[in-house]
Amino acid sequence: MLFFGLAYELRWSVLWTEGHGGWILEGILTTLKLSALGWIIACLLGMLFGAMRTAPVRIVRWAGAAYVECFRNVPLLVWLFFWYFGAPQVLPQSAQEWLNRHGAEFWSAVAGLSVYHGARMAEVIRAGIQSIPRTQFEAAVSTGLSVVEAYRYVILPIALRLIIPPATNESLNLLKNSSLALTIGVAELTFMTRQIETYTARAFEALTAGTLIYLVLCLGIASVMGQVERSFRIPGLIARVGGAEH
Amino acid sequence: MTFDWAVIVGNWKFLILQGLMGIGAFGGGTLRLAIPAIVLGFCLGVLIGLARLAQRSWIRYPAVLYVEFFRGVPLVMVIFWFWFLIPQITGQRLPEYTVALSAFVVFEAAYLAEIVRAGIQSVPRGQIDAAVSSGLSYLQMMRHVILPQAIRNMIPSLVTQFIVLFKDTSLASIIGMMDLTKAAQIISQREIRPFELYLFIAVVYWICTYSMSHISRRLELRLAVPHGTDL
Repeated sequence: MLFFGLAYELRWSVLWTEGHGGWILEGILTTLKLSALGWIIACLLGMLFGAMRTAPVRIVRWAGAAYVECFRNVPLLVWLFFWYFGAPQVLPQSAQEWLNRHGAEFWSAVAGLSVYHGARMAEVIRAGIQSIPRTQFEAAVSTGLSVVEAYRYVILPIALRLIIPPATNESLNLLKNSSLALTIGVAELTFMTRQIETYTARAFEALTAGTLIYLVLCLGIASVMGQVERSFRIPGLIARVGGAEH
Repeated sequence: MTFDWAVIVGNWKFLILQGLMGIGAFGGGTLRLAIPAIVLGFCLGVLIGLARLAQRSWIRYPAVLYVEFFRGVPLVMVIFWFWFLIPQITGQRLPEYTVALSAFVVFEAAYLAEIVRAGIQSVPRGQIDAAVSSGLSYLQMMRHVILPQAIRNMIPSLVTQFIVLFKDTSLASIIGMMDLTKAAQIISQREIRPFELYLFIAVVYWICTYSMSHISRRLELRLAVPHGTDL
C-alpha cells in the first residue's frame, strides 16, 4: 500500500498468527470484564449519590454533592494512579502483599473507573429525578397509592426511560475510558494492541484492529440501547434529560 | 504509615511551573496544552458542526462520519494513532507536544461539533426565515443572527466539554509529554511518595476545573439572552 507517499507493506496476518489473535481476544475479554464490573458499581454509586443529591435533608444533599464534585473534577488517569500507586501506601504491609498477589492493577482500575463514573452517573440520575414534576408524585399519592407504589408505578417508570439516552452515553464513556487501565498495566484491549505493535512493529495493523473493535463495541451498544429507548418510549413525550456534566 | 508532605514543598516548583504551566526545559505543560487545544478544537468543532447541518449531502455525510468515528473510539487510541501517523506523514519525529495537541484538537472537535449543532438547532427556525427575508447572506446570518444566540445556549455544555478536555490533557503523559501528571510520575519514581504526590496534583486539577465551572456559571448569567417575552 502506498501510504502518504511512503511504501508501507500491510501484513494483516500479524493480527492472528503467533498467538496474537489470542492476545486480542484476551484483551477484549478483559476490557469487557473491567467495564462490566466498573459499570455495575458505578450505577450503584450513581443511584445512591444521585438520589442523595435530591434528598430533602440538607446534610445528605451536601454529602452527595461533595462526592460528585470531588471525583468528577479530577482526571480519571490521576485517580487510577492514585488508587494503584498511592492508596496502597496507606495500607499495612501484609494487605499490600495480598493485593499484589491478587491482581492489584485490575482492582485498582475497577475502583478508579467505578468511583469516577459513579460521580458522573449520579449527575445523570439526579437530572432524571429532577425532571419529573413533583405534581406527578402528588397525583399518584392522591389516587391512593402508597409512597413505595408511587415510586414503583409512576416515578421510576418515567425516570428510567428519561435516563436511558444520557446513561447509555455515560456507559459508553466508561467502556472507552477503560482503555486508560493500560497505564497501570491491565492487559485490556488497548494494552494488547500496543503489545502486538511492540512485538511485530506493525503499528498500522494493530491500531486498526483495536480501533475497529472499539467502534463495533460502542456502535453496537449504542444501537441496542437506541432500540430499547424506542420500544419503551413514552408516547407524546419528546423531552430528554441533559447529559452528565463533565 | 506516615505522610511526608515535604515532598510537595521540595518539588512544587517543578510540579507547578514545569508541569502545570510548561515553563522550563521540558516544554509541555498542562495549561500550555489545554488552552490552544480548547481554542483550536472549538474552531474545528464549529466548522464540523455547521457541516453537519449543511443542506448538501456531500458536506453533511463526511461530517456525520467524522463525529460518529471519533465518538466511538477511546482518546488513548487516537493519541497512539497520531503518535504513529505523524512521523509517517511528515517523515520526521515531532515533539510530543505537537502530537498531543493535534490529537486533542481532532478528537475533541467531534464532541464540540455535536454541541455546536445542538446549539444552532436550539435557535427557533423563525430567526433564519427573518434573517434571510431581511436580505442577509448565509455568512451574515450565521455571524450576526444565529451564532450569537446559539453560542449563548451552548455555554453550559461547551464549558462542560472544555473541562473534559482539560482533564483529558493528562493523557498526554502516556506518550511522554511533560504535564502535571507526568511531572508527578517522575518525582514519584524518585521519591517514592505516590500518595502525597497524586493527591496533590488531584487538588491542583480540582482547583482548575472547579474555577472553570464557577466562571462559566457567572458568564452564563451575564450573557443570558434577555427574555423580552417573559414579562
